[in-house]
Amino acid sequence: MRNLRWLAVLPFIGILIGPFFLNRVEPFILGLPLLLAWLVFCVLGTSAVMALIYWTDPENRASGDPR
Amino acid sequence: MSIALIIVAAGFALAIGLGLYARLGREMGLEQWTVGGRGFGTALVFLLMAGEIYTTFTFLGGSGIAYGKGGPAYYILCYLTLAYVTSYWLLPPVWRYAKQNRLYTQPDFFARKYDSPALGMLVAAVGIVALVPYLVLQLKGLGIIVSTASYGAIPATMAIWIGAAALTAYVVVSGVHGSAWTAVVKDTSILLVVLFLGIYLPLHFYGSYGGLFRAIEAAKPGFLALPESGQSPVWFSTTVLLTALGGYMWPHTFASLYTAREPGAFRRNAVILPLYQLINLFVFMIGFTAVLQVPGLTGPDVDLSLFKLSLASFPPWVIGLIGATGVLTALVPGSMILIAGATLVANNLVRPLRPAMDDAATARLCKILVPILALVCVGFTLQGGDTIVQLLLMGYNFVTQLFPCFIASLMRRNPLSRPAAAAGIVAGVATVAVTVLAGFSLSKLPFLGPLQDVNVGVAALAVNLVVTAVFAFVTRTGEEARTQAA
Repeated sequence: MRNLRWLAVLPFIGILIGPFFLNRVEPFILGLPLLLAWLVFCVLGTSAVMALIYWTDPENRASGDPR
Repeated sequence: MSIALIIVAAGFALAIGLGLYARLGREMGLEQWTVGGRGFGTALVFLLMAGEIYTTFTFLGGSGIAYGKGGPAYYILCYLTLAYVTSYWLLPPVWRYAKQNRLYTQPDFFARKYDSPALGMLVAAVGIVALVPYLVLQLKGLGIIVSTASYGAIPATMAIWIGAAALTAYVVVSGVHGSAWTAVVKDTSILLVVLFLGIYLPLHFYGSYGGLFRAIEAAKPGFLALPESGQSPVWFSTTVLLTALGGYMWPHTFASLYTAREPGAFRRNAVILPLYQLINLFVFMIGFTAVLQVPGLTGPDVDLSLFKLSLASFPPWVIGLIGATGVLTALVPGSMILIAGATLVANNLVRPLRPAMDDAATARLCKILVPILALVCVGFTLQGGDTIVQLLLMGYNFVTQLFPCFIASLMRRNPLSRPAAAAGIVAGVATVAVTVLAGFSLSKLPFLGPLQDVNVGVAALAVNLVVTAVFAFVTRTGEEARTQAA
């Protein structure tokens, strides 16, 4: 499952490249301007991706104090 | 004396009291004073890291840039999020290496990895240069807070002096332990204050977030996205990249990761801390609400928007509570910066030149240097006319120049020689210094087209990389020639 760590590339793509395509105020998503809504989505997604990586990382499976 | 000012003063007193309390029962040797004896668990490391990241910058600078610039403010939400992603893999090896070699500071790391005290001194010098604008922005924030809470009775200049004196007293009394415990109080209160202001103010004036944004879009079309030129998507992307790479290159951030008891703390933080970034969303809401409610602030005054809006909306005791929180948001990171700066000078600039110095003498010198460093920063604070965000970005331009040499040092076989590492840092920092001092910017080169908007720190990083690569190539071929000759 170690290949899952490549998911960590997604936040970089979303945040660094996304604004070139989504740099607009309208339509509002949940009241937020489109660009801001996209970036908030990226931040939430980052946390989810990192949680997935953390859970599947064998480094964290070993004893309480992983080395 | 206004009730607001009394509450702010109580905030100061509480912070100093906590610092004194945290110190009880511990002997403050160099290791205790600077890295907390390397005994902090996940929760405290989390708070220290979150603590130094949620500073006056978030509180006043974040709302200020949202007020003054609109869409470009969104970068604040993003860059640390990406820094946390990289931290998952970068921090544990750094922590292990630091523990094995009993390192105290960031330059210690570079000096040991490259086996070169001179490189350590160079890194220390870069760190100090970058820390000054960071500390200046905390003092600027303290000045704004104290003078606002006194309803103008205390002029900003005197408020800056008061803030610097309180900060110095606090640091000399408690070292890093004070930072960790005050961080607990500070993080709780900033969370409450920002959530309250970020929810109450927009709803009070506009009824809903949607209403707020529709009103701004009607009055200032496009303000909530990035402009076509200037702070365009190119600026946004390069700035986020620069600051994400530089996020852990700050001397005080780097040193704070030595405080951890075990490296798993960093991996867990990498999952949680991005969510913590969402607090910035509420900070933006405060700034955006101020856009149409207290219009007319320009230049460095945009940093006042949070307080101007609060003054128009709340009674004095609420202003006092906001101010007291603001004081804590300046004291915690301010103290980390002062400790890091003083330790850098004592341990990494003075000590290599005077090998006879022991740990105790270094610790004494640190404490003498704290007020001196504070004084230097007061000098800069009273001069400058930059906004809080501009100051922070300037610091980032400097520290990020350490990144290539840092990454190379983590590789199994470091591809960089000492001269290559040093030359790259010098070239990058010199490029930044020239652009800052001469007021040069890429926008003066029209032939670059959309690349004009590239953050100047990224341009300096490119110069840095090219020089590093050239030196690495030259010194390597030199070495090969020598081995062949032998």
